[in-house]
Amino acid sequence: MKTMMTAAAALLAGTGMAAAQGELNIYNWGNYTSPEMIEKFTEETGIEVTITDFDSNDTALARIRQGGHGFDIVVPTHSYVQQWIEEGLLQPLDTEIVTDLGNIEPRWMEVDFDPGRQYTVPWQWGTTGVIVNTSLYDGDINTADIFLNPPEELAGKINVIPEMSDVMAMAVYAVGGDSPCTDDMEIWRQVRDELMEAKPSWLAMDYGTIDSYAAGDIGAGVYWNGASMRARMQNEDLAYGYPTTGYPVWMDNAAVLADAENTENAMTFINFILQPENAAMLSNFARYGNGITGSEEFMDAEMSEAPEIVIPEELAAAGKFSPACPQEIQDVRTQIWTELLQ
Amino acid sequence: MSAVVKPFSVRRLPGFGAIAILTFVLLYLPIVILVFYSFNAGQSQSNFEGFSLRWYAAAFANEQVQEVSVRSLWLAAAAAGIATVLATLAALGTTRVARFPGQTMIYALINQPLMVPEVVTGIALLIFVAFLKVQTGYTGMGYLVASHTAFCIPFAYLPIRARLETLDPTLESAAADLYASPVQAFRFITLPLLVPGILAGFMLSFVISLDTVVITEFVKSAGQDTLPTYMLGQLRRVVTPEMNAIATLFLALSLVIVTAFFLLTRKRG
Amino acid sequence: MGKHGWKWLLSAPALFVLVLAASGPLTIVLVYSFLSPGTLGGVSWEFSTEAWFRVFFSRDIFDPEVVTWNTAHLTIFWRSIWLSLQTTFICAVLGFPTAWFVATRSPHNRAFWLFLITIPFWTNLLIRTFAIQELIRNSGTINSLLMWMGAIEEPIQMLYTDFAVLVGMAYVFLPLMVLPLYAAMDKLDFRLVEAGYDLYASRWRVLRHVILPLVKPGFIAGSILVFIPAIGAYVTPRILGGGRTMMMGNLIGLQFGQGQNWPLGAAMSMLLLIIVVGALMMYLRVVNQGGGERRG
Repeated sequence: MKTMMTAAAALLAGTGMAAAQGELNIYNWGNYTSPEMIEKFTEETGIEVTITDFDSNDTALARIRQGGHGFDIVVPTHSYVQQWIEEGLLQPLDTEIVTDLGNIEPRWMEVDFDPGRQYTVPWQWGTTGVIVNTSLYDGDINTADIFLNPPEELAGKINVIPEMSDVMAMAVYAVGGDSPCTDDMEIWRQVRDELMEAKPSWLAMDYGTIDSYAAGDIGAGVYWNGASMRARMQNEDLAYGYPTTGYPVWMDNAAVLADAENTENAMTFINFILQPENAAMLSNFARYGNGITGSEEFMDAEMSEAPEIVIPEELAAAGKFSPACPQEIQDVRTQIWTELLQ
Repeated sequence: MSAVVKPFSVRRLPGFGAIAILTFVLLYLPIVILVFYSFNAGQSQSNFEGFSLRWYAAAFANEQVQEVSVRSLWLAAAAAGIATVLATLAALGTTRVARFPGQTMIYALINQPLMVPEVVTGIALLIFVAFLKVQTGYTGMGYLVASHTAFCIPFAYLPIRARLETLDPTLESAAADLYASPVQAFRFITLPLLVPGILAGFMLSFVISLDTVVITEFVKSAGQDTLPTYMLGQLRRVVTPEMNAIATLFLALSLVIVTAFFLLTRKRG
Repeated sequence: MGKHGWKWLLSAPALFVLVLAASGPLTIVLVYSFLSPGTLGGVSWEFSTEAWFRVFFSRDIFDPEVVTWNTAHLTIFWRSIWLSLQTTFICAVLGFPTAWFVATRSPHNRAFWLFLITIPFWTNLLIRTFAIQELIRNSGTINSLLMWMGAIEEPIQMLYTDFAVLVGMAYVFLPLMVLPLYAAMDKLDFRLVEAGYDLYASRWRVLRHVILPLVKPGFIAGSILVFIPAIGAYVTPRILGGGRTMMMGNLIGLQFGQGQNWPLGAAMSMLLLIIVVGALMMYLRVVNQGGGERRG
């Protein structure tokens, strides 16, 4: 109903002003924006969308900080959102246009990094866990021991994604720490020792390995849930585990830049992705959850049932958002990471 | 110009042919595999599930891929072209001349983009270019062209300089003796002899510009993705044979250009 | 040689572009190496030599009073230099015969062979690296072929090793060796080679005493062109090395990215620059000596 009204409004507006409704420049992770959804947006609003890719939060932040970028919308990960807000890089959502914040699932509404969702709305969220080829190892996979103290069957066949914050967080939880930014040096000492000890049994620290998992080149590893799902769809032996000691949850969030040139169009877009049908298009493309109530019914069946996407209830509590760490803790983490990779 | 000698007696060195052929095989082996998997019916890079053109269809249907490919090509052509002209001038200015104060300085300047890893140049450019963008309000492709040009100059300069150093300077003196102006001597003597070096320089720069990822990533404004930055954005996700299809199309394009070039030069010879 | 004091002005346009888009911005990096890290990357404008200190030394993570050499960094620096030297060597061994082969084709065929070398490089670096990955992975072409022939029973682990990084870098940088070598050989006066045969008789001695000295500028240009990008390589070690071991480019990238310590990254970049300038100084000395000898 709402969509129909939006469409009708767009149609009315469109007749008066022809196609020139203006532009919208989105700065997002590569291969993360559903082209069908963008097409639909342009059809409904007449706004021409240009998407430009970034490959890391750090690149995106550095680019926007310097100014002169020409982007309207950016999609940072939760741990960076506070920094974006504090530096005044984002503008508050205009609730005159963004009228459907109520569509956000309650648990994604009151988030630490943006309480009450004044600046950002959910784009996609997911988890970082472990993936295991169950034809090689059929023990318990809901444990960080898969990569920290690998069972014999998996040793030498493990891949760990080169994402420092994800790996550090899992290791901290595994040795009993409660925050990936803990200032308890005893925890960090254990983290370093655990990682250094585990490294010889790792094969690689690499990203694009869906094929390698499917082909059996890699037997287990630290991986994202959406990618794990894709790998499993190629090879049924693969299973995704949620370490009970704790695993990172992440959420990428869309926001409007303070120096956006097309603020109104950007706000229109933000409200557009809050619609369940549109959010579902994002999920069907990127294979992650979207945090919008009612989007499940528009999602591909394989998504709404996937054990990688739907977290088993008893394991849900172990999932934690990782905050951004203060510089002195960040230095400790980098130092451990460098030692690990020397 | 090459001397008339019996080629097989002087020019052949034992084993060289074999190593050269081996090198060519090694160069093309990964490319053959790349092309092979672009015709894969499945979406894997390791498991061939039958012949299909689906990834070509996907590439042709993907407007963003086309856009970034075209942008990469013309950016490379522009940057390599400008860099080659500038590098030729610079090589003429710094080679076969008496030592002058500041010569080392100039060498260092010219080769500087080579010495610094891309990520550093990228960050440095990011800060500088963003400042210019804010000050001037201009956010066009000029920044990318300039950055790529600067990055390509040493790659064009070194082969041209190497070529120039092996040229016989008496040729130009002879031309001067015959009352050729310096411009004429350059146009009719030096330049034709320099062509292989210039060609090598241009091709190197072109290839280098096509590969430049990090610099582009930091300098680009909205809507200025090139093929490498587009692909870098996908690195963390799934690489499908669509990428192989695009790569194969690039290869096909280069083959067309090479053939055309080959036929043209042959006619002239 | 004439006294063309004005001639260097020909390099002015190139220098202008370079100062604008390379050296100028680089001074920013130098300045940054003496500042303090900002929050989540960037810098805060306070003078500090901490970054330079930490390039070489580390305070123990758990006891800041204990200062030792930063062996993690030093190991990575050394590996980068060593792998780059090996890469240069491989490129030279493969590149010299190849360039010779091309240079000794008939004149109108040379362009063809030359293009044949550059064609693989029309595809993007990432794609080529992935193609090599496909070739050497456990279930990849080479292992499958060897197992099919019965030469091996278990696949050989080639991917994610230093060997893989070497193969990848040699592959990626080979044309940077071949093209300048070719440019030098193409102009080679074969009468000198012929004279060489008259004097020395053996092919090996002609190669060593006549051909190599004549193409030396090309050789050196090629080595520089290969060594320098190799030592700062980022993509190849990341993908083929499996990211388990870093090279300097990755270490620097880490500081500007996930490490969020820009001053440290800037200082490391400057160190890399110093290493490379050292290599270039040697290059210039060799070239200048060689030049005098040849014209003598």
